[in-house]
Amino acid sequence: MLRFILTRVSLIIPTFLGITLLAFFLIRLVPGDPIETLAGERGIDPARLEELRRLYGFDQPLIVQYGIYLSRVLQGDLGKSMITQEPVLSEFSALFPATIELALCAILFALLIGLPAGIIAAIRRNSIFDHGVMGISLTGYSMPIFWWGLILILLFSVQFDLTPVSGRIDVLYYIEPVTGFLLIDTLLSDEPEAFWSAVEHLILPTIVLGTVPLAVIARMTRSAMLEVLGEDYIRTAKAKGLPRFRIVALHALRNALIPVITVIGLQIGVLFTGAILTETIFSWPGVGKWLIDAIFRRDYPVLQGGALLLGMVVMSVNLLVDLAYGLINPRIRHTR
Amino acid sequence: MNAETIPAPVAAPATSPPHPLREFWGYFSANHGAVAGLVIIVAVVLVALLADVIAPHDPNLTNTAIALQPPFWQEGGSLAYPLGTDPIGRDILSRLIYGAQLSLLIGIVVVSISIVVGTVLGLVAGFFRGLTEIFIMRLMDIVLTLPSLLLAIVIVAVLGPGLMNAMLAVALVILPHYVRLARAAVITETSKDYVMAARVSGAGTGRLMFREVLPNCTAPLIVQASLGISTAILDAAALGFLGLGAQPPSPEWGTMLADAREFVLRAWWVVTFPGLAILITVLAFNLLGDGLRDALDPKLKRS
Repeated sequence: MLRFILTRVSLIIPTFLGITLLAFFLIRLVPGDPIETLAGERGIDPARLEELRRLYGFDQPLIVQYGIYLSRVLQGDLGKSMITQEPVLSEFSALFPATIELALCAILFALLIGLPAGIIAAIRRNSIFDHGVMGISLTGYSMPIFWWGLILILLFSVQFDLTPVSGRIDVLYYIEPVTGFLLIDTLLSDEPEAFWSAVEHLILPTIVLGTVPLAVIARMTRSAMLEVLGEDYIRTAKAKGLPRFRIVALHALRNALIPVITVIGLQIGVLFTGAILTETIFSWPGVGKWLIDAIFRRDYPVLQGGALLLGMVVMSVNLLVDLAYGLINPRIRHTR
Repeated sequence: MNAETIPAPVAAPATSPPHPLREFWGYFSANHGAVAGLVIIVAVVLVALLADVIAPHDPNLTNTAIALQPPFWQEGGSLAYPLGTDPIGRDILSRLIYGAQLSLLIGIVVVSISIVVGTVLGLVAGFFRGLTEIFIMRLMDIVLTLPSLLLAIVIVAVLGPGLMNAMLAVALVILPHYVRLARAAVITETSKDYVMAARVSGAGTGRLMFREVLPNCTAPLIVQASLGISTAILDAAALGFLGLGAQPPSPEWGTMLADAREFVLRAWWVVTFPGLAILITVLAFNLLGDGLRDALDPKLKRS
């Protein structure tokens, strides 16, 4: 097992180097003086420029410059925003909980609907329900979610006036950030209505972000269940006269879940892609909107550092999924 | 179409096997969804080709006198502008029709770039193995690790917004799928006897790669191409929506949505129709891709 963990962990080193190399060249490719971009300042006077040039190693060969950059990254120094002059890392960590909260709700939403839908579709194969689930999930999979968000706003916010259009919580409330997760922070505060305001604001973004994972999970669950239901041990269980529910819930589902869990893990990258769009539509104050804003403000340090951090997060989650997969499925960890 | 790509069903030695194309159509047409997808795609292609003839108006002609006119079935709408007009009085139907040209162009260009580059990289990785393979595949893993839209956004931020750069970015993002597919197919194929036979009879590496092995890897690549077009259209539209793809006044569907966003509270039609066009087109290519996969490779058929 230790050997398996070590191999998997060592495999991410080239990926890590690749992502940092990409970020390193990004700053040198954008329009403008790279030193000004790196320092996060504009219109620097010549003396300071010379000092900065030495600090970032611009008088050294590229490989040394990359080494300097890498050591700064490893110390958590990702430069500072050109607009706010705040360190990129602290801006990221202030906004990241909002993205995580939204992403977790979206995955939960996708699981709560996708799993049962996929299971029932597999059991009632070729029924109207099955065709319906498959049709809807292919539609969900093809959905331009930025449009889906606008349509939901049109329906629920404009037509029926049920949900708010944007933001994380009503401006009436000021919630002291403790965990950064508003659903928890509002419960800790002494204003119970604030919690419901946060929930209201979460509904539409959750649906929008959860749509594609929902479609993928429903399709995957159905095909995994169909495969498992054709196995001999299911026939044996049927022959023993076990109740149908017991066969499905205990014998089939547990084995069908393994590929489904992998797919959920792989959805994390898709989820962040979706978060960028969802946050833009709903003015959700997370890292996705922050990155898009950075592009339009030409705040390149934020773009560089933010993209690097998001890449790291996805990389780490993929690694964890990989390790967890090896843990629940012994066949994987012994084949390497 | 090569006979090798379609494993024959249960052998019936007495009668001659059906023509590969006929057999393919037999599998394909059994899938109603795939046929529906094909019909929609043919329709979109026709609309795009005949845009000059069927579009009722110039897609860029503005007329503030008729701004934000609703579709014809609503009060205040007229048949002259069947799907209504946008905030500066352009005919939405005409813009959608010309947008079909752009979307198909995006899909075809993006997939062509990544299929050509990806196949070559995959063939090279699969043939030469060793360090070359490790280098190429690690590079592709890095591209796959980053969230696709994030990578595309970063590329466009560096190159500058615009349709051409957006297409390049999306092409790079979907590249790893083709490299992996081609490499996997090459590795399976090279162990087969016919490759050995060609090698023994003195075929060079280039001939082996492109004349012997490549034709037998086309089935998965065709399937992936169809699915790739849908991803390309969707991602390019997302970039357009974020203001990083095609720039206004281009009638690209995602760009149209970005323009219309602030009018969502006042005029439902300016946001509804462009998105519907994206959804229907992307869905059609996904249906087609699913159908092609089932028809070209019955063994892989997902139940």
